[in-house]
Amino acid sequence: MSTLPNRELLDVPTEENQPLPPRREFVDEDTVIRSQWRLFWRRFFRHRMAVISTIVLILIIFVCFNASWLAPYPKNHQDLALGATGPSMQHWFGTDDLGRDQLTEMMYAGQISLAIGLAVAVISTVLGTLFGALAGYFSEWTDQFLMRLTDLFLVVPAIAILAIAIKKFGNSAATIVLILAGLGWMYIARVVRSQILSIKEKEFVEAARASGASHKRIVVRHLIPNTIGPILVNATLAIAAAIITESTLSFLGFGVQPPTTSWGRMLSDAEGYVGTSKAHLLYFPGLALLIVVLCVNFIGDGLRDAFDPQSVR
Amino acid sequence: MSDPVLSVRNLRVEFPGDDGIVHAVDDVSFDVFENEVVGIVGESGSGKSVTSMAIMGLLPKRARTSGEVLYRGRSVRGLPENEIRHIRGAKIAMVFQDALTALDPVYTVGDQIAEAITVHDNGIDKRVLQERVLELLDLVGIPNPGQRVDQYPHEYSGGMRQRAMIAMSIANEPDVLIADEPTTALDVTIQAQVLEVIERIQERTKSAIVLITHDMGVVAGVADRVMVMYAGRAVETGSVDQIFYEPHHPYTLGLLASLPRLDEERSDVRLHRIKGQPPSLVRVPPGCAFHPRCEFARCPDPCSTEVPALRALGAPEHLAACHFAEQVAKLRPDDLKTEAS
Repeated sequence: MSTLPNRELLDVPTEENQPLPPRREFVDEDTVIRSQWRLFWRRFFRHRMAVISTIVLILIIFVCFNASWLAPYPKNHQDLALGATGPSMQHWFGTDDLGRDQLTEMMYAGQISLAIGLAVAVISTVLGTLFGALAGYFSEWTDQFLMRLTDLFLVVPAIAILAIAIKKFGNSAATIVLILAGLGWMYIARVVRSQILSIKEKEFVEAARASGASHKRIVVRHLIPNTIGPILVNATLAIAAAIITESTLSFLGFGVQPPTTSWGRMLSDAEGYVGTSKAHLLYFPGLALLIVVLCVNFIGDGLRDAFDPQSVR
Repeated sequence: MSDPVLSVRNLRVEFPGDDGIVHAVDDVSFDVFENEVVGIVGESGSGKSVTSMAIMGLLPKRARTSGEVLYRGRSVRGLPENEIRHIRGAKIAMVFQDALTALDPVYTVGDQIAEAITVHDNGIDKRVLQERVLELLDLVGIPNPGQRVDQYPHEYSGGMRQRAMIAMSIANEPDVLIADEPTTALDVTIQAQVLEVIERIQERTKSAIVLITHDMGVVAGVADRVMVMYAGRAVETGSVDQIFYEPHHPYTLGLLASLPRLDEERSDVRLHRIKGQPPSLVRVPPGCAFHPRCEFARCPDPCSTEVPALRALGAPEHLAACHFAEQVAKLRPDDLKTEAS
């Protein structure tokens, strides 16, 4: 290679003097399978408030539902001689007029509030998803009918209907759950419908039809899973809304009745103590509601960001 | 020859639109026999895809369709949804153009291929199913199927997605495979690989393939018979040799003359161009739809007054719809090319 002296200077091996290196086989083994879920969790964990909220909420749920052995006093244990006292070492959250330990009361009341919130969210999400998916997928008649029904439920004054329904059907926790769910599915239905309207135009739906899938299969296997992000986000918001509505009802006296209590019920009982020495009876249930609703909303935020593939966080 | 697997008879598809009726497919008939590849070529908007959707019964409700689609002699057009479902995917399957959008992003590729099978055979044993999926991935040339099976579409490259799509469509060993521009979204190297996969599958399964494309090169390489479409009508049909070496229609001739050829000896000729634009399907020109762009048209009579029928000149299976097919048949693509100045 005398014609290319600089090659020798750079010590570049030429084809003549250097045998080709053995061909390396392409190895696919270290390809990390990064599934949608793994990406999802990574994005979710980057949302600090959502992670803190999840931990706090799990803690609250754990404490409330293990009240039977965690609570410092037995349920409804009265100490009439003690009466209402402020927070102390014996009674962290104080006691009420009947001398009942408020921490214990809060744990048991939390069970009802949380259970109602979760149950309402689950039922209304299922109902809303079903209605929304049907309306979005089968346009025209079905859509018109279901969406006008949704509008109808949206325009009725919820609190008035709730009050009447509870007067008529009684105010057990189950009734309250069913009524709240019956009045809460519309928001999810609307969100799901709009999502499905756009997803059903995608080519993979056409491909599914071309491979012989039935309408039911397309809705259940393709459309709803592709909408799962907005559904879950709205479900968390529904939990918060249900807990708040239940407290409102209880506060107005339509909620669960003694001896069953909820945080809303406790607020209602302490209604008259604003600005008195017994104000702590108001603060603790209020604070519990605030924390839980905040947590749920933060989790909803985190889920929304985690489900959004365009999210840069 | 034996009976055709798929017959399309006088298919007509119209879409009512704001500006008038869109004549997407106008009186198209063709047969597909076992173990052959039929290429349908034409430019965008010539009715190729609408034809395939009409065969699958996947046209939107507002489409007005007439004519017959026969699968093994049995009419499938207008069958109720729950009957045609058993034909779709199982007997007549389809490969879509853009595999990224045609694969569901929330399922692994393996799950989607498995679903294509369970749609038609729900009781299949899980282990058999898993093996079948791996076998299909292997068949379409996905490397390392054992690992790839659990990956999501977005983790696949474009060529692999199209292979996965093909694996899905052949999962039930259909008699007819309609491939709607299967290589359009791919670069040339990958395109060649995918076409090779299609050919290999055809050899193995003996199914008939309808290959829809706008790429004459793809048709020349893969198809046995060709149908050229223009403005919703079939303008010429014949074997791939007849179409490429003895075109009888000015449009086919023009298309061939516009192709650059690697084996072209002379470098001083300009490629031919077909003047003008494809017509609006709302206002298809009267008579022969191609006449405004045709170099041989004699207007007004007969080219702009009379719709030419498909007719055979020599070989009975070589049909062209041109009033002057005899004269056109004497020409070769090179005759249209001009000297570079």
